[in-house]
Order: sequence, then C-alpha cells, then structure tokens
Amino acid sequence: MTDAVHVGRIVALLLAVLAISRPASAQIDLSGEWTVVRAEDNVGNTELGDWVGIPMNEASRLRSTAWDASIQTLPEWQCRPHGSAYISRGPSALKIWKEVDPVSRETTAWHLEWLRSVDRPIYMDGRPHPSPNAAHTWAGFSTGEWVGDMLRVRVTHLKEEYLKRNGVWHSDKIELTQYLIRRGDYLTYLVIAYDPVYLSEPLVRSTEYRLNVNQQIPPYPCTVVNEVDRPKGVVPHYLPGTNNDITWFSHRYGIPMDVVTAGAANMYPEIRAKIPRSMGGFGPEPPPAPPAAQPRTQRPAPRAGQQQ
Amino acid sequence: MTEGVGMKLLCGSLVLRLLAKARGEMTSTPERTRLPTGPTQASCGVNPARWWIAIGIAVTLQTSLIGQVPTVAPSTLVHAPTIQPPPSGEIEVLPIRGNIYALLGAGANIVASVGPDGVMLVDAGTAPMSDKVIAALAEVQRDWSARNEPKPLGWGAETRSSVVNRHIVAPPKPIRYIVNTSPSADHVGGNEKLRNAGRTFTGGNVAGDIRDSGEGAAILAHENVLSRLGKAAEGQPAPPADALPTDTYFNEYYKLSHFFNGEGVQLLHMPKANTDGDSIVYFRGSDVIALGDLMATESYPVFDVEKGGSIDGIIDGLNAVLDLAISEFRLEGGTMMVPGHGRIVDSGDVAYYRDMLTIIRDRVKDMVTKEMTLDEVKAARPTADYDTEYGKTPGWTSDQFIEAVYKSLGGGRTPPRAPARQRK
Repeated sequence: MTDAVHVGRIVALLLAVLAISRPASAQIDLSGEWTVVRAEDNVGNTELGDWVGIPMNEASRLRSTAWDASIQTLPEWQCRPHGSAYISRGPSALKIWKEVDPVSRETTAWHLEWLRSVDRPIYMDGRPHPSPNAAHTWAGFSTGEWVGDMLRVRVTHLKEEYLKRNGVWHSDKIELTQYLIRRGDYLTYLVIAYDPVYLSEPLVRSTEYRLNVNQQIPPYPCTVVNEVDRPKGVVPHYLPGTNNDITWFSHRYGIPMDVVTAGAANMYPEIRAKIPRSMGGFGPEPPPAPPAAQPRTQRPAPRAGQQQ
Repeated sequence: MTEGVGMKLLCGSLVLRLLAKARGEMTSTPERTRLPTGPTQASCGVNPARWWIAIGIAVTLQTSLIGQVPTVAPSTLVHAPTIQPPPSGEIEVLPIRGNIYALLGAGANIVASVGPDGVMLVDAGTAPMSDKVIAALAEVQRDWSARNEPKPLGWGAETRSSVVNRHIVAPPKPIRYIVNTSPSADHVGGNEKLRNAGRTFTGGNVAGDIRDSGEGAAILAHENVLSRLGKAAEGQPAPPADALPTDTYFNEYYKLSHFFNGEGVQLLHMPKANTDGDSIVYFRGSDVIALGDLMATESYPVFDVEKGGSIDGIIDGLNAVLDLAISEFRLEGGTMMVPGHGRIVDSGDVAYYRDMLTIIRDRVKDMVTKEMTLDEVKAARPTADYDTEYGKTPGWTSDQFIEAVYKSLGGGRTPPRAPARQRK
C-alpha cells in the first residue's frame, strides 16, 4: 500500500469524523473498575536488554548498560511504586472514580488508582501546576480537560523512574500527555512521554482496559527488610564493559544488538531490514554464535562493590 | 514470541507514524528505507480490522495531536498553566511544612523557621540579595501571622473584646539565628546584613532600655566555617566581624539548647563533604532537613578538595540523611528536604542522587586503580549518562566535577607511568 493511499484514507476518515464529532465540551463518565486487557506488552517481566520500542538516546543506553537488577534489593527501592509513565504497562487493575463539587455538581477531579500506585488525582477545576521548584512525586501532578469525549491529561512533577523494569529510565524532567478514551465497556489509555534527558523522540504507548464490575483492587502492603548482607553504601551496578546481561534479549531472539540499541529507529518498521528473516524481518541471517558467546553460560562479571 | 517481537517492532508506533505521515513529518527521520513488499504487508497489512482500528485511533487523536512534532519538547496542547518561578534576582517562597519555608533565588536556598519565637535562617544567600531576603521574610511572617491569628475567645465579653485586634497584624519578630551550612559565598554572603537586621536577646544586668543590650542575630556554624571565613584571602581585607559565625561547634552535632518555634533544631556535621565544615540542619518537629550543598537537583555537588571536601564524604552524608529520614509512603513525602540549590526533595530524590554519585565514584575509582591519568579519565566520560541533567551548570561543569572526584580518590598521586609500560 502506498503512502498516498494511507494519507488519503486518513484524510477521508478525518473529514468524516469531524463532520459527526461532538462539541469539545462533551464529557463521558470514566468511573469504574477496569481490568487490563492482556497483551504482549503487559504480561510477564521485561527481559534483560530488551530496549526495543523506546527512543533511547545515548545517555539512556549508557545508564541502562550500568543497571544491575540487584539494586532493587536496596532498602530504598524494595517498595518503590510504579510511576505514572510506567504504571499502565503492568497487568494491574485500575479503579477510576470522580470527585464532585456538592454545590455545582461539577466534576472537580478524577482519581486513578492501580494495584501498585498511590491515588492519583487529575484536577479538573482549573488549578495551575505548581512551581518547577515544588516537590516531585511518583504520580506527578495532573490536570485534565475534555477534548470531545476524550479526557486529555497533562502530568508534570514526576520523580525519576523506569520506562521499563530492566533499567530503562526517564528523568524527573519528563512530562506526559495522556488520553483516556472510553468506548462503551472499553477504555484506551494512551501515554505520550516527553523526556529531554533520556528520550530522543516522544514515546507513545497505549493500554486497553475492559470494564469489570466484580473487580476489587486489593491492598498492596510492602515491608522493607534487609535482603542482602552487603557493606553499607554499596549501590549495585555494572562498571563499563562488564555487563554481559545486556545481550541476553538479542541472543535469545536473534535480534541484532544494533537493532536493540538503535533507539528511536527501532520504533519504526524500516528497522526490519536489519532483522533476520527467521525472526520476522528482512535482513540476513547472522552467523552462528560460538557457544562461549552465549550469555548466562559465562561466569558472571564482578559487579561494582563485589570481590573478584 | 518471535512474532510478538516482530509485531512490536513493526506496529508498536503505527498510530504515531500515521499521524506523522498525515502531517508530513516523516522526513524528520532522514533516509528512511522504503519497506520491502510481501511479508511486511502480511504482518501489518493483512489484518484489516487491526489496520482500521489504528486508523480510527489516529483520526480520533489527530485533532488533539496535530501540531506536535516528534521532539522531546512537552506538549503545548494541554492548557493548564504552570506557576512560573520569579525571574532571576527575585525570591520565590515555598511553604514546606508547619513553620518551615524555603526561600529560593538568593544564591543558595535559604530555609526559614518562622513563628512566635522569631526567625531562624539556614544560610544567608548572597550579599546583594539581603534586602530582598528581608522583604520576603516580612511577607512570610505576615502570611504566618494571618494563618495563626488568635481565635476570638467567644466568652468573657465583660472583660475581653473579640474585635480588639481590628485586623492589624503584629510587627514581624526578629531574625534570631542564622545557620551557615558551608563557608561558600552563596551561603554566607548575606550574614552581615541579615545579622544586623536581627537580634539576640542577651542577659546580665541592664540599665535603661532593655533593648539596648541586644545585638544582631547569632550565627551558628561548624568551627571550620569560622576558620575559613576568618582568614582573609591574600590581598583582600579581613571580613567584617559581623559576617562571621558567633557560635560554633566542633563535635558530631550541635543541638539548639531550647525549642524554637515549637520544635527542636539540630545541626549535624557532614565531615569531608563539600568542605570540612558542612552541616545539615534538622527541624525535628516539622520533619524538614536543610541539606546545604550535599545535594543540588540541577548539578553535580560542588565540593572543594583543597578545603577538605571529598566525594566519599558527600556520599556518606547522603546515606546519613537517608538513615535519618522516614518516608510517608514508599520514599515519597515524610521527611521533606531542601537542597542547597534546586527544587524541594524527599527521600526518593536523595536516594537517586546517592545512587548516581556512588556509580560515578565507583567508575572513577576503578580508573584510578588502573592508574589512568586525569585526561584519560575525562576522555572516558564516566558521567556521560548523567551529564544532560547535571553537567551543564555554569561554573561547575562535568569536567570540573570529574577532576574533583579524581583528586579526592587519590588520582594522580602515583608517579607517571613509564611510557613503555603496557596497561591491561
């Protein structure tokens, strides 16, 4: 299909939608218990070295290369909740309710809460975002406005957090634009992330939810304990050139490392020209790797703070 | 899974691509390879339902997304305003908790305890900003007084009138204490003027007006701050006596001998951190810590090896802060902290900063162990993954920070290597 046909279809549909669209003030009730629709992006844990689909810049790749999963055992990070840029990527259920002014009966805020998050209000009462010098939180500060039947949300004041749970980070400079789009019993939750520190392009990710009137989100208690006996002050990480785990994903699925590390380019279909045909791409088959090159069969490299 | 990876790579951003095509922005990624025919179409084009769903979402979104370009600049389409900090040269006041406020923009951040006992300042900012600090404090005290206005009794009308105050706010209480967390000019520059604008209540027998016995505010600091400030720089006149600390300590900590504005206040020495005289200040009732230069949210920590500072001391200090702080919930809230420069932080932010400095320290230490020269260490860019966020501060670049870390870890102290020596 040519680009011209693509664009033609878009324009035709655009005109059709605009012709029947509702006024911008239209609103829709988002309240309810929402169960995530399972897809490949929200089941299981991200694999080591799976950096595809994220427009990582060089700084991001360097930082991810140093990441060691053992850092999660530090007392500070054992109970870390998911931030707003990531929370919808997991299989967690979602509860949405609205806060109503008892006098005007206007919706003054929407509240979103996942299993592993704190309550996140989205203010609808016109209040401004705080000063950039105000504190940042895991949920950030959110304001919303209606665009037709879509709720458009701006999120600022987020803490530094992961975009993927394998050491792919965003900074505390990140801002999110989100769209909540309800279609009957289905809810599309779209997140567009802008991070001037670790992303070279906006990151667009969406998640589908289905209404589930029987759902109850359970508590999420978490108690910090000493998981690892290590000297005080050690922060697990890999020194440059010592992390063998970053090739794990590449080796397992036959995706060349230059595809995995391509940053924004690996969000676009053209990258398939570099992926072997046996893996669904159009590139040449890689030469068979010698057994010694397989990760996990090697003796792990010493980590920072470890004795060799 | 293979198909999953392929579909992820191919279709993961189809919506964005369609929008970009509609806006003619695909040229923003240069020299895109044209898609081969055949299997590509089979993967993403053969399923009409998926294709049309993507189109539908794209069209639905386009009215709101149009105008966005694939850059990392945040969307300008959400109309919620943001409170802008005042322009350079003005003071921004942020309430932290209870009696504690942060004053930003006067050099180093100033933390103020404001209440019925008067004002305690942690750090004094730069000298040229002192008048604006004094004006901002008066405004903060008016705000505090308004929020803490005495409630009418509601009884005893035969002897007490509920309209006696007539909405006239009492005059501001004096600045009584100034704490210097560091000898740096942006922390102590305002000492003289702020001290003279304040007051210490002295004892002894007084004749005449008791107010005549008063002197300016007390200045508290670790004794190494006094030692460094007391030495006139070569060719420079000695600093005025009123700019120097009046009360110093030399132990691990100093406790104010009484509650101030309803809470205990503790100064904790951070040895060998930014210098050899740094303190953090813990307001124990409000649960707020003034961190001094242990942390800056927009730069690497500034430390001076010649004045006794070290990267290990800063990391130890941050770990001590994490031991002291208790979060409200999962490293958020609870003990709130004000860094020497930048925004308000909590335990989560401090932990991230600690992680970053520890990782960089370990990298440079590894290079020092390998006897790399300073130039070689700089060329290896051990801070490259953090420079975008922390390495662009004028006057304290990544190279300056790396050099300080290198020196504080003993780098360059060993004799130069013989040219023929092979390094591993």
